[in-house]
Amino acid sequence: MDLISNHISHRFGDLAVLDDVSFTVSAGEVVAIVGPSGCGKSTLLSILGGLLQPTSGAPELRGSPPADSLNPLTFVFQDFALLPWATVEENVEFSLLHTPLSATQRRALVEDALRRTGLTDFRKTYPKQLSGGMRQRVGISRALAVRPAILLMDEPLSALDSQTRELLMEDFVRLLADGGMGAVYVTHNLEEAARLADRIVVLSRRPGRIREVVSVPMTRAERGEIAAREKLLALQNQIWSLIRNEAIDAEREVQHA
Amino acid sequence: MLDRAPAGTSVKDEAARRVRFRGAGFVPASSRFGGWIALALVIAIWQAAGSTGLVNPLFLPAPSAIARAIYQLAVSGALWQHLSASLLRIGVGWLLGTAAGVVVGFAIGLSRLARSVGITFISALFPIPKIALLPLLILWLGIGEEPKIATIALGVFFSTAISVYSGVDAVPRNLIRMAQSFNVPFATIVRKVIWPGALPAILAGFRITASVALLLVVSAEMIGAQYGIGAFVLQAGNLMQTDQLLAGVVILSVFGLAVGKVIGWLETRLLHWR
Repeated sequence: MDLISNHISHRFGDLAVLDDVSFTVSAGEVVAIVGPSGCGKSTLLSILGGLLQPTSGAPELRGSPPADSLNPLTFVFQDFALLPWATVEENVEFSLLHTPLSATQRRALVEDALRRTGLTDFRKTYPKQLSGGMRQRVGISRALAVRPAILLMDEPLSALDSQTRELLMEDFVRLLADGGMGAVYVTHNLEEAARLADRIVVLSRRPGRIREVVSVPMTRAERGEIAAREKLLALQNQIWSLIRNEAIDAEREVQHA
Repeated sequence: MLDRAPAGTSVKDEAARRVRFRGAGFVPASSRFGGWIALALVIAIWQAAGSTGLVNPLFLPAPSAIARAIYQLAVSGALWQHLSASLLRIGVGWLLGTAAGVVVGFAIGLSRLARSVGITFISALFPIPKIALLPLLILWLGIGEEPKIATIALGVFFSTAISVYSGVDAVPRNLIRMAQSFNVPFATIVRKVIWPGALPAILAGFRITASVALLLVVSAEMIGAQYGIGAFVLQAGNLMQTDQLLAGVVILSVFGLAVGKVIGWLETRLLHWR
């Protein structure tokens, strides 16, 4: 199943946030969206996931999701969005409660998702008892339980410390390794984008337009090797040179807002 | 860009000074027994003042006299007669007001139409002291339990509706968006996200409505009732039986404390995740 951003533009009142953004995420592909602060990255993701109505254009799907997918487009949120009154397993099961699955089938999916994210021993724990990294693991586990075709990840690591970020990045690489699941990964962190994405969509300053789409010329497995670091660094520098000046302008604009 | 500050002169030869601690205070911790000791002390001084004749018992009877009065009320059965009348009015009035307040509060929190209409009416009617409506309610509902219960229900309704819709408004939007992103139906979002999310505000509202109900039952009983703690207190005051009067006040205080404890217990049970 492909996800298409078809000429999407969006305004918040008088403020133009996105301007004619078009690209396609093919089945199993990971596309990162980067750009200066306030360029509309998260807005675009909300529109792609059907949580926000665009002013013009539309998000579209082409093809069918995998037969076992219960929620083809599934979000992983920056702030985890966990129910604080529910345990880890209840949070994961929450995404399945309204589906036609039986309790046994639900339990099996929750089990599998908890196991894949290393949360089996924390099933009865409440979110407040967990570290930021573990909370995000619950968010990922909840997303995996519904067997998504495409994960929509809105800066999923930005609320975490650098060590936890590194560990979760390894988890993402592993989860996306077999190409069975695609992802749209919004981030301001170019290193994350270069580590994870097949293609990187670079947005301009507000209103966000596509400045460039950069392909990452390596498999994700190759990127973990030491020899690849230089190439990845060069790629990050190339993208940074595209957005640096606009990032400075955006930062000043935010400060004066 | 950030510039470096000019380099300072070398201070290696000077003796080191300890950095003064500036972080004291502003963290009041309540002592476990402090409150009880203070209460016991006040009662002891009060008792001493009464026993030594320092205070006229007509104006302020000693705690022992009040305790005696409560005991006599209990033994004679009058305590239960008055208390049960008040409890019935509070219980029914509070339940009716709370049920209506929760429904209206949720409607205002979830529906644009209900919000536009509801907030206008609540803003206009909430400031009215509900006890002022008792004569009107007597006119409508007759002399009996109904107008007293209706007065309490009205007082409880407005506070409940306000705390419920404030609670619904305070539910983090990201949780609702999360649920929507999984295609969770509206009713399930209300039941599994909004209700538990609003519960802290709703329970906090219960504390307020419990005292509103207590205030209104006493006021209503003082205006027109034969039985009830309010009627008893008024009657005792008219007869200058200050020990009886204060016995009624103590019973009200104990009742208020008990309700507070019940709500505290509910909070511990239902909000353990906080």
